[in-house]
Amino acid sequence: MGAAAVTGVTPAVPEEERPLLRVRDLSVSYRAHGGEVRAVGGVDLDVRRGEVVALVGESGSGKSTTSHAIIRLLPDTGWIDAGTVHFGSRELTGLSERELRTVRGAEISLIPQDPGVCLNPVQRVGEQVAEVLRIHHLSTRRTVRADAIEILARAGFPDPATRARQYPHELSGGMRQRALIAIAIAAEPKLIIADEPTSALDVTVQRRILDHLQELTAQSGTAILLVTHDLGVAADRADRLVVMSQGRVVEAGPTREVLDDPRHAYTRRLLASAPSLHIAGARVSVAEVAAPVAEIPAQAAPVDEAVAAVTHLVKDFALPHTGGPQRAVRAVDDVSFTVRRGRTLALVGESGSGKSTSARLLLRLTEPSAGTIHFGGLDVTSLRGERLRQLRRRAQLIYQNPYASLDPRLSIGEVVSEPLRVFRVGDRAAQLARVRELLDRVALPSTVINRRPAELSGGQRQRVAIARALALRPELVVCDEPVSALDLSVQAQVLALLAELQNELGVAYLFISHDLAVVRQIAHEVAVMQAGRIVEQGGAEELFTNPTHEYTRELLAAIPGRGAGTTEGRVSGHAR
Amino acid sequence: MINELAGQTEVTVDRDADADADAQTHAYSHADPVSHTDPVSGQPRRAARVNHAARFFVRRPGLVLSIILVLLVVVAAFWPGGLSARDPLRGHPANSFRGPSRSHWFGTDALGRDEYSRVVHGAQLSLKATLIAVAVAFVVGALIGLVAGCAGRWIESLLMRFVDVLLSIPSLLLSLALVTALGYGTVKVAVAVGIASVAAFARVMRAEVLRVRHATYVEASRSCGGRWLFVLWRHVLPNAIGPVLVLATIDFGAAILAVSSLSYLGYGAPPPAPEWGTLVATGRNYLSNAWWLTALPGLTIVATVLATNRISRALDGEWVRQR
Amino acid sequence: MRRYVAGRLAQAVGVLWAAYTVSFFVLYYLPGDPVAAMFGGGADAATINPAQLDELRHRYGFDKPVIVQYFDYLGKALRGDFGNSVSSGRSVSSTLGHALPQTFALAGAALLLSVVLGGALAISASYTRRRWLRQALLSLPSLGASLPGFWVGLMLIELFSFRVEWFPAFGHGGLRGLVLPAVTLAVPGTALLAQILAKGLVAALDEPYVQTAQSKGASRWRIHLRHTLRNASLPALTVLGLIGGQLLANAVVVETVFAREGLGRITASAVSTQDIPLVQGVVVFGALVFVVLNLIIDLAYPLLDPRIIASPRAGRAIVGAGA
Repeated sequence: MGAAAVTGVTPAVPEEERPLLRVRDLSVSYRAHGGEVRAVGGVDLDVRRGEVVALVGESGSGKSTTSHAIIRLLPDTGWIDAGTVHFGSRELTGLSERELRTVRGAEISLIPQDPGVCLNPVQRVGEQVAEVLRIHHLSTRRTVRADAIEILARAGFPDPATRARQYPHELSGGMRQRALIAIAIAAEPKLIIADEPTSALDVTVQRRILDHLQELTAQSGTAILLVTHDLGVAADRADRLVVMSQGRVVEAGPTREVLDDPRHAYTRRLLASAPSLHIAGARVSVAEVAAPVAEIPAQAAPVDEAVAAVTHLVKDFALPHTGGPQRAVRAVDDVSFTVRRGRTLALVGESGSGKSTSARLLLRLTEPSAGTIHFGGLDVTSLRGERLRQLRRRAQLIYQNPYASLDPRLSIGEVVSEPLRVFRVGDRAAQLARVRELLDRVALPSTVINRRPAELSGGQRQRVAIARALALRPELVVCDEPVSALDLSVQAQVLALLAELQNELGVAYLFISHDLAVVRQIAHEVAVMQAGRIVEQGGAEELFTNPTHEYTRELLAAIPGRGAGTTEGRVSGHAR
Repeated sequence: MINELAGQTEVTVDRDADADADAQTHAYSHADPVSHTDPVSGQPRRAARVNHAARFFVRRPGLVLSIILVLLVVVAAFWPGGLSARDPLRGHPANSFRGPSRSHWFGTDALGRDEYSRVVHGAQLSLKATLIAVAVAFVVGALIGLVAGCAGRWIESLLMRFVDVLLSIPSLLLSLALVTALGYGTVKVAVAVGIASVAAFARVMRAEVLRVRHATYVEASRSCGGRWLFVLWRHVLPNAIGPVLVLATIDFGAAILAVSSLSYLGYGAPPPAPEWGTLVATGRNYLSNAWWLTALPGLTIVATVLATNRISRALDGEWVRQR
Repeated sequence: MRRYVAGRLAQAVGVLWAAYTVSFFVLYYLPGDPVAAMFGGGADAATINPAQLDELRHRYGFDKPVIVQYFDYLGKALRGDFGNSVSSGRSVSSTLGHALPQTFALAGAALLLSVVLGGALAISASYTRRRWLRQALLSLPSLGASLPGFWVGLMLIELFSFRVEWFPAFGHGGLRGLVLPAVTLAVPGTALLAQILAKGLVAALDEPYVQTAQSKGASRWRIHLRHTLRNASLPALTVLGLIGGQLLANAVVVETVFAREGLGRITASAVSTQDIPLVQGVVVFGALVFVVLNLIIDLAYPLLDPRIIASPRAGRAIVGAGA
């Protein structure tokens, strides 16, 4: 550890007053498609000792590239064009690979994004932590195992001695993330770069892990550079914010100042479209984008007319046969709900709670183990063949991933007209006219009709999926996490479009989401699912302001940007 | 992270946000909001595409060379007279065992026949056998894979166990067994080679069908109300056949090698007919005094296999990028 | 674990049985009349009259219903009796057993060469940071895979036996005589192994866990040794099973080229004389080698990758992917 200190240079400024990390005018480029693309240009960034700095931006803003360039962990196709990175008294961009290795892991460590793939799958967890100690000679051969176990314990592993002998695939996502944290803190570095450290995890796990990380680093005085797309997370955790957009820093300053008084238009847009930040105030209409969303249609159609209803639905999935009696896991357990004309029912829950399965059961894409499904008064539970096919006219589905739900080989026109073709609605000319009308409806130019899905952006593709779903004028559209694969600002637009279409067409939505902040913007009624059961169900307003079930409260509390009392005050202050 | 690091995504994402914002503000103005943000439309597109293709080939001289070579082999197969004016069967005994020279590129054999002309004329039999072998493997294998992937349950298990068995017998041994049963000759050798690689095609086809069958867009089509056969024809088959076609081009090189091995062992066309493997086998007898009789026909095989492999690699890359 | 082993064993026996069945019907029934094929197709067809053929049919049991014949033959095969060679009259099993040691020495040497050379090639290609060197190293395997085995053998003889006289050209003069045939036989395996391993290593370098290792301060050498090699060796191991089977089949060509005694030479002459019992013996033996090798490899998977134990069939799923 001692090697960190001074390499002959006498610091002009006293050690304590200089920032720990000082990035000046950093530019990074990539080689791509025969050309060079500048990903990051002229970035300045300071991190002081023991400070938490959040680097915020949407995907593609260059925030990850910046953070990786600091320890020069760029892929082979990328390089640093210009700029300096001073860490303590050393300048990192000029170090040799060998010198740099003494910094990586020992003084600056990295917590990568996706715990699922960032651990070596064929090496025991304890060994992966111990490797840091071995590389930097921080332990002797005899003590290294015990030291690794102790570090795992500090990272919050229950029963660390057992866990150390396990392989990554035997651990849950949260535990893997803790293992990565253990690796990062093993050598007690001065700076930890946390690259979206929890975005792949469920919200409750996310909160616990971030709390723990912050606690650990507060004790040891380690600084954190927190890279995140989630303004809520950043607001909760950071002392200072650095906002990036299109490879440049557009705004930087103390968290409170930036949130209360955003100078740059991009920051304002980001703030406005971050759903979690205005969940605290009563239906905030902060900025241009969010405004139409708040107009949830009240009386579009006679209320109480049920479009679809499920009662006492059960779904068991057989587990792979491993000897002994056949075992099954109950994915959906006694679920009942009703979707009404022109209204939106949201099914909310964390991954694995059975919300998607419930929706697929309703659409008869999966066979229920028990229970009944009614469609407009008709029992469709055991419909087959042609009559089941006719049911598809009345209920459509929008998938989570607009990249996967459109056949890559078809043109947009063919995609949207497919439902019309399979049900032989009108002749070719009529179908084409309808396709144009639908594309216009979802605010896509008619020029996209001959494009292929790959030529469209994520938001545009999801609009195509919406157009396809509406082609047959269905009574019900199931939206399975329709915006979770999209960037924040695009999310807001798609949600607004969905609300607007409901207003005009009176279609009912079954809206599935893990994101309460999103649900808040679109739902009339909400059903909260946990472990296959609906634990609470009711009007959206009621449920958000006055949750009765403990799990609902936990979910609400776990929404980032809502955690600390100060944050809440800050945000509502901003809203006014 | 990974996404962000690929410079290309960087660009797309920017356009993403812009185009969406645009579409939003112009929502119902019936303007054409995207065309000015996206320069890639209409006429310029075609020019750009030609330009792109030209650059693609200029950067890959090996690929261009491979294509030229394969074209030459095809010409040799259908119009051998165009490449060599000499008769491959008539010899001039006085000219025997001449080394490669300007008048005899590949030298002459024991009977004074021009080796180059024999190689050119041999292309016909070799190419024919290779095409038959690949076609047999492709048609039979793809059919087995398609049926297995679609039918599922016991039909799938039965077919795939059969494929496992074919895989468990080393392919050259399987070909030899088939030759024993079918007898000698170019076509029979080709069929034997084709059957021996049915298994690989069946596996790839089935895997692709399974992958595509569970793709979200296939389910989306089903949930739109598409009938099973419609979905199979419109979505599953077009999206699944790509890798199988690529495999066919890869198999091409392997088939050339297998066919020439069998004809080297003497199971192909009977002697006077020039066939690449047979030419090498004949040359073996004069290895010590006429190296060109083995080396040059062999090099022709090597070059052809290398060229087809290079082309199939290029196709493979394009397929991957298209998806 | 014991269940897993028992399951895999049962599967192996099933594949062997199926291989026997397929080869039985292909060899005895595809030609139409096996007796006529075996005794009539040979050189002196005229010497056998119809009465003698009937006599032979009776002796070999071909006058009984097909299904009875099949079970007769299967019953004998289970006792290790694959019948007698038609041309020599000796039992198939003793003929094979006699030739086995020669071929095993050859195949073993070739396998060892393949692993050592292929591994070294792949690791150096992945380790180097010079693009041109990596490209050059990575192009070697595809070159190797395009070479016909018989031609490589002949060229080696031409160069190292006739030109410089380092190694004997024919026969099996101890270890020195083994060198050229083993190198020839090792070429395709080396190429395949190097290709798969290099691809795996290069791909593994892009895996996020490598970045984690880099962020720990690990050197490139350490990353190769501790992280990527083990992750990339799984598909290479799978391919090793495939190579093992192919070695036996390619020995047919190599032993013919070098005029070595062995299983391959016997196979070649058995195919030429349509010695059906002997060919079937070789085919089933080939399947046996393949099955046993893959059994060993399947059992080795869990040692390399702890995730595999959970899904016993995963091993099979990877087999053939490299074919």
